[in-house]
Amino acid sequence: MIAPSSRPPLSPAHLPGPLGRVSGARPAASPPTPFPPAVSQASLVRLHHRFQALDRNKKGYLSRMDLQQIGALAVNPLGDRIIESFFPNGSQRVDFPGFVRVLAHFRPVEDEDTDQDPKKPEPLNSRRNKLHYAFQLYDLDRDGKISRHEMLQVLRLMVGVQVTEEQLENIADRTVQEADEDGDGAVSFLEFTKSLEKMDVEQKMSIRILK
Amino acid sequence: MLRAALSLLALPLAGAAEQPTQKPESLGEPLPGLELFRWQWHEVEAPYLVALWILVASLAKIVFHLSRKVTSLVPESCLLILLGLVLGGIVLAVAKKAEYQLEPGTFFLFLLPPIVLDSGYFMPSRLFFDNLGAILTYAVVGTLWNAFTTGAALWGLQQAGLVAPRVQAGLLDFLLFGSLISAVDPVAVLAVFEEVHVNETLFIIVFGESLLNDAVTVVLYKVCNSFVEMGSANVQATDYLKGVASLFVVSLGGAAVGLVFAFLLALTTRFTKRVRIIEPLLVFLLAYAAYLTAEMASLSAILAVTMCGLGCKKYVEANISHKSRTTVKYTMKTLASCAETVIFMLLGISAVDSSKWAWDSGLVLGTLIFILFFRALGVVLQTWVLNQFRLVPLDKIDQVVMSYGGLRGAVAFALVILLDRTKVPAKDYFVATTIVVVFFTVIVQGLTIKPLVKWLKVKRSEHHKPTLNQELHEHTFDHILAAVEDVVGHHGYHYWRDRWEQFDKKYLSQLLMRRSAYRIRDQIWDVYYRLNIRDAISFVDQGGHVLSSTGLTLPSMPSRNSMAETSVTNLLRESGSGACLDLQVIDTVRSGRDREDAVMHHLLCGGLYKPRRRYKASCSRHFISEDAQERQDKEVFQQNMKRRLESFKSTKHNICFTKSKPRPRKTGRRKKDGVANAEATNGKPRDLGFQDTAAVILTVESEEEEEDSDSSETEKEDDEGIIFVARATSEVLQEGKVSGSLEVCPSPRIIPPSPTCAEKELPWKSGQGDLAVYVSSETTKIVPVDMQTGWNQSMSSLESLASPPCNQAPTLTCLPPHPRGAEEPQAPLYPPSDPHPSFAFPPSLAKAGRSHSESSADLPQQQELQPLMGHKDHTHLSPGTNSHWCIQFNRGSRL
Repeated sequence: MIAPSSRPPLSPAHLPGPLGRVSGARPAASPPTPFPPAVSQASLVRLHHRFQALDRNKKGYLSRMDLQQIGALAVNPLGDRIIESFFPNGSQRVDFPGFVRVLAHFRPVEDEDTDQDPKKPEPLNSRRNKLHYAFQLYDLDRDGKISRHEMLQVLRLMVGVQVTEEQLENIADRTVQEADEDGDGAVSFLEFTKSLEKMDVEQKMSIRILK
Repeated sequence: MLRAALSLLALPLAGAAEQPTQKPESLGEPLPGLELFRWQWHEVEAPYLVALWILVASLAKIVFHLSRKVTSLVPESCLLILLGLVLGGIVLAVAKKAEYQLEPGTFFLFLLPPIVLDSGYFMPSRLFFDNLGAILTYAVVGTLWNAFTTGAALWGLQQAGLVAPRVQAGLLDFLLFGSLISAVDPVAVLAVFEEVHVNETLFIIVFGESLLNDAVTVVLYKVCNSFVEMGSANVQATDYLKGVASLFVVSLGGAAVGLVFAFLLALTTRFTKRVRIIEPLLVFLLAYAAYLTAEMASLSAILAVTMCGLGCKKYVEANISHKSRTTVKYTMKTLASCAETVIFMLLGISAVDSSKWAWDSGLVLGTLIFILFFRALGVVLQTWVLNQFRLVPLDKIDQVVMSYGGLRGAVAFALVILLDRTKVPAKDYFVATTIVVVFFTVIVQGLTIKPLVKWLKVKRSEHHKPTLNQELHEHTFDHILAAVEDVVGHHGYHYWRDRWEQFDKKYLSQLLMRRSAYRIRDQIWDVYYRLNIRDAISFVDQGGHVLSSTGLTLPSMPSRNSMAETSVTNLLRESGSGACLDLQVIDTVRSGRDREDAVMHHLLCGGLYKPRRRYKASCSRHFISEDAQERQDKEVFQQNMKRRLESFKSTKHNICFTKSKPRPRKTGRRKKDGVANAEATNGKPRDLGFQDTAAVILTVESEEEEEDSDSSETEKEDDEGIIFVARATSEVLQEGKVSGSLEVCPSPRIIPPSPTCAEKELPWKSGQGDLAVYVSSETTKIVPVDMQTGWNQSMSSLESLASPPCNQAPTLTCLPPHPRGAEEPQAPLYPPSDPHPSFAFPPSLAKAGRSHSESSADLPQQQELQPLMGHKDHTHLSPGTNSHWCIQFNRGSRL
């Protein structure tokens, strides 16, 4: 099938994204994935079509601009961040395998996935990886923690304009404190996972057509 | 009716005069004279019986629930049906004929709507729409499948000669019967499944199906019924087409009616700000109107009410007040539970009437087997298809529960009763069969479904309290999924939901929610708000019995600390100059000790307030979210009133010294200043309650009050109003032991938080001389001499009303009352004359306000009570503050 893409070896810090955001190295928790064997042939074909449709100039990769032109993403409060998540390590382009790799997070969990060989790397659509995808949308500076400031930024995006800044800060404070267990004033990935213990993440972070 | 009413009126009033003249002529009977006692059973019979039946049903419910063991094993619906059987037997034995049966008219017009409204209104809408595809499939395809297969199979059974030939029915009759017996009944499903607690998805699928299949049932029933009445020979091909078309008309029309009324309802509640009291009524009226309208247009009424409840809830809940919300909730639940109880009981009673039904074993057994078999088959087939499209497939266990949970109920019974015997000769057999089917499904399946669910280990539903994290992340997930669908280029469910939410936010909510509600309408904010309220309640609840830090374990302990902090932070930020604050809490590092202090302080405040709240002891838990606010308001109000009272007393005290001096100025001055409270007190000296005074003074600021949005603003006010100081606790604690200056606090009961601080620095405490000077000038403004008698009287009455028996009270109470603008010029006098030993601040420092708070943090323990607060009260009393106080009073007075 398609081989894993070779990423340009960029050092984490020095390449700010075009949106002015520093996209640093992925935290170590993210597995060094081979290409996901999981996406079915049908959806692979489908995704390839989509990929080509998005790729305006037939250049073989997608740039940020290509994704930004999707109209609905512009109104999505997290749209920018999600676009950014397609371009890890500050790279400027994403090829098809990279494109699929990100989307593979949202493949529904199937039964055969659960009883896998433990030696194999965790599939991208495992609960942990789904959560990690969400986590790194919060964690802008990639330090493995959602600080109060980062939480506040997300809240500002998500909560309507009706809520005042003070209230937002209160909410951010409280959200962080609610999840924060070791008292460092930030939410680590472990704490993040714990705060969502009771939620059916597998179901809520899956899209059927990616089966 | 009119006659009855007339005679009712006329008899007691004019009876003595008229009756003797009329009756002898007309009847020629001996004069009855004035009747002392009249038995008018027939005039009240109908409503009386209704009330009586409901009462019996409710009492039965109470009895059933006396034993937890019984209700945990047997569903209530079974017990009620059995009770109905017994009661029916008794009625039959006594009256020799069956009475009080379930009439279709009563059922459809009165008993069914509350149940459906309740289920529609409280339907978890997100879950419902997430599973809408499955629900619709089961409701439409499943019901059609059940009706046709059951009808056809019964017809086949008859052809095979297994049904006695006396059952005269053709294929159409059997199809008609199949259509009414096939529909899963919402009442029965709700009654059983509510006690089983299967997981939410399973519940919403079975329950949603039972609600939405009404449209199909109604159409099938009507179509078949009219075909039967026309006679199978006369049915044209176009009639079949019309039948199919009417399915769409009835279902979509019903839904449309519901949505229109939902819109109207939401829009109406937007304008009920001043007539809160009718809000619950509006909800019920418009929903009922939706039901009746749909029924009138022979559309699916159940669908209409379901959609109405489902559609309006979001906006109505945002618009109506807390209390109305609670009222709606409880009234709805009460009505629904009442109706359900009565339905099951009447079902039981109706079954006793043997004149109505005719038994045929083949038909009964055949129906039972077929409905079970075809239901199961239908579920398996549909699920197989659905699972091709579902993100989370329904597994075998789910399918078993769904097949087994297909309960039939009162809808089928009411429909079968409605059949016309002349057109459907086999009606009696159908009635009997329906009764057996209903009884079998409700009793046998209802009894066994719980053990079955346990045995199959069906995933149960689990309830957990919402946390901010979950709410926030859930939103994030939604947005992520919508974005991913965009990227993938598939406009699926998430895409459309996202679209809808944006549309709703942009237009619909703007239109249907009042502005104040719309402003604070955000789910994340909502959760935050609710959590805060919950914490506040647990504070107050705990305040009563905890004074040691060992008992400080609340359910949400970690978050509670944050609440204390954030609310104080909030307070600081929002109340620029108005409120009295201890800045330490926020400015210093959040050490554990500070937290402890804050917590301790709050607990103590709770403890101190407790005794005064005793008359509110009966307050219901259900109102608590609002009460927490109101209670605070009230307490603040009382604090202030107390302080005012004290100042009254002080003036009165001093009047004795300075009575004669300033007579001429007084009246004019008083009028000019318009010291309304003095006036009020003088006006009606005797029975003047606090509330009255407040009302008189404080209605001024009504416009501002109007502006207040419902919760965010009030919350802010509360924050400012409660001028707790985190450090006050230690002070109050010491108060008993420490002598000297602190002695002036006569009893814990009348220590308001801020005065405790203020007292320390108040100048006149140290010497009477100062006091006299201050007070005399004060008095001049307030009480004219010619009114002294009245004043004195009123004061003594007030004193006896509210002040604790304490000699030193007058000394203590020199604290000037806040809302009086007249005092302001006096204020700067105090600090220079202050000889108080514990007052460590030079006035300038104290006046300088917040910026010096850090320094105060370093002061030794004894000086922990900062003068900031008291000082601000007196020296910085700005007009802004003044008006703010007024608002609070106003709120308080409305309580």
